Amino acid sequence: MARAVTTRRKSLNTALAWAVGLLIFFPILWTILTSFKTEAQAIASPPLFLNFNWTLENYAIVQERSDYMRFLWNSVIIAGGSTVLGVIIAVPAAWAMAFVPSKRTKDILLWMLSTKMLPAVGVLYPIYLLFIRLGLLDTRGGLVVVLMLINLPIIVWMLYTYFREIPGEILEAARMDGATLKEEILYVLTPMAIPGIASTVLLNFILAWNEAFWTLNLTAVDAAPLTAFIASYSSPEGLFFAKLSAASTMAIAPILILGWFSQKQLVRGLTFGAVK
Amino acid sequence: MATQHSRSVARLMMAPAVVLLLGWMLVPLTMTLYFSFKKYLPLRGGDLGWVGFDNYIRFVSSSSFWPAVQATLVIVGGVLVITVVLGILLAMLLDQPMWGQGVVRILVIAPFFVMPTVSALVWKNMFMDPVNGLLAHLWRFFGAEPISWLSEASMTSIIMIVSWQWLPFATLILLTAIQSLDSEQLEAAEMDGAPVLKRFYHIILPHLSRAITIVILIQTIFLLSIFAEIFVTTGGAFGTRTLTYLIFQRVLESQNVGLGSAGGVYAIILANIVAIFLMRIVGKNLDA
Repeated sequence: MARAVTTRRKSLNTALAWAVGLLIFFPILWTILTSFKTEAQAIASPPLFLNFNWTLENYAIVQERSDYMRFLWNSVIIAGGSTVLGVIIAVPAAWAMAFVPSKRTKDILLWMLSTKMLPAVGVLYPIYLLFIRLGLLDTRGGLVVVLMLINLPIIVWMLYTYFREIPGEILEAARMDGATLKEEILYVLTPMAIPGIASTVLLNFILAWNEAFWTLNLTAVDAAPLTAFIASYSSPEGLFFAKLSAASTMAIAPILILGWFSQKQLVRGLTFGAVK
Repeated sequence: MATQHSRSVARLMMAPAVVLLLGWMLVPLTMTLYFSFKKYLPLRGGDLGWVGFDNYIRFVSSSSFWPAVQATLVIVGGVLVITVVLGILLAMLLDQPMWGQGVVRILVIAPFFVMPTVSALVWKNMFMDPVNGLLAHLWRFFGAEPISWLSEASMTSIIMIVSWQWLPFATLILLTAIQSLDSEQLEAAEMDGAPVLKRFYHIILPHLSRAITIVILIQTIFLLSIFAEIFVTTGGAFGTRTLTYLIFQRVLESQNVGLGSAGGVYAIILANIVAIFLMRIVGKNLDA
């Protein structure tokens, strides 16, 4: 039964929650607003909230000066590539662990998780050196591989927790009906697994898109994604608030939209199934 | 149940992931260990031979080591306290009946999806700039002298930025945990006349304890290695040089690979101590 709540209390909750929500969201809102101002309006005192002349010129300037599309494309390739590659490698592994568990399954899962705990800075030089030797420094391929590897444990874990929710009886019934392993995977498992795989892809795309240790340290010009593009605004260009805002808005807009769809998977993915 | 055949197929299916992760873990780790026992300066003579534990001793006895440990602890501790306390309050608020709950949730979660370089730069310039930043305007509005945040209150600033990024994560996980709380239990307590604080201490907090532990452990692992937020704001100046940043500077900026690698080994040990606790909790959950 739902708790009976007075309208007064509900109104109070609503007002408070919206106030807090808007306060937390404010830096993003302010960035988006500022991106439509001129540079003079962006630093006007007192600050202008909505009463300014909206303009798109910052977007045009950022694109023209810094070739935003190239960085965007790099982000898409690196985040997308590492996610797709990771899922291709993780699906069979998670399938095997969920449906043919052995005594060591748990140990393997925990061990995979432990590789995620390895601090990146502890292996920075070896990876840097290997990248130089293999000619991978500042290439998208190299970053695809590294980001795939750092996210692989999360991908395996998420898929594993989703696969475990598929009832085993269905598989047994399929086996009884004489389905081969291939048929079992193709016609029984895949349709049931697609929602879980989609959520996993979504969350990992977001994580890879925002990754800012390896993307900053292993790229220079050619393969730099949006994280590095924004870092280049560090100074003194960052003092041009309107342009900084336009660049920032372009860098976060795609992922904010995707992120809203992935709220629920976020909990499962980042707590390795410990909170559902 | 599982036949011998399906077992070997399963092993084959796991092989690529296991082999890749094993390589990813062992190869760089071995190299870091190897370098940590060498005097290795790629730009000034290259490999200058074995030095035993020299790098390990020099790393901890350098004048920048203890300040870095302190900076790391202050940032991790500060962010944990802020995100957990505010996260609990926020989760409890969001759990209440209200209009537009879905939209508020989205507003609260949004910062988590902002890439670290963007949130650091937006905060640094548009909010914390001592002349044109929004906080400077606010300070002036109340007749106070604006603060140059990132130099005068550098640690507070970094903690604010990182807390803003991680509060959504804590809130979301705690909210998920609160929602699984049996509401009848709370109602019964409410009817028995238990005051709000008592209900919080005796019902809500114990129920949240596992989620809080998980938030603390996972955040600690990520917070120990924050990098971009410092890289684009202070560059490690004004006392914000954490262990991660110190190692980064030793390895890539001053190219003292041996020394940096010894630091890296310390960082790995530190992270593993935290990880052991997290794995225990996650492992227990696997059995259930």
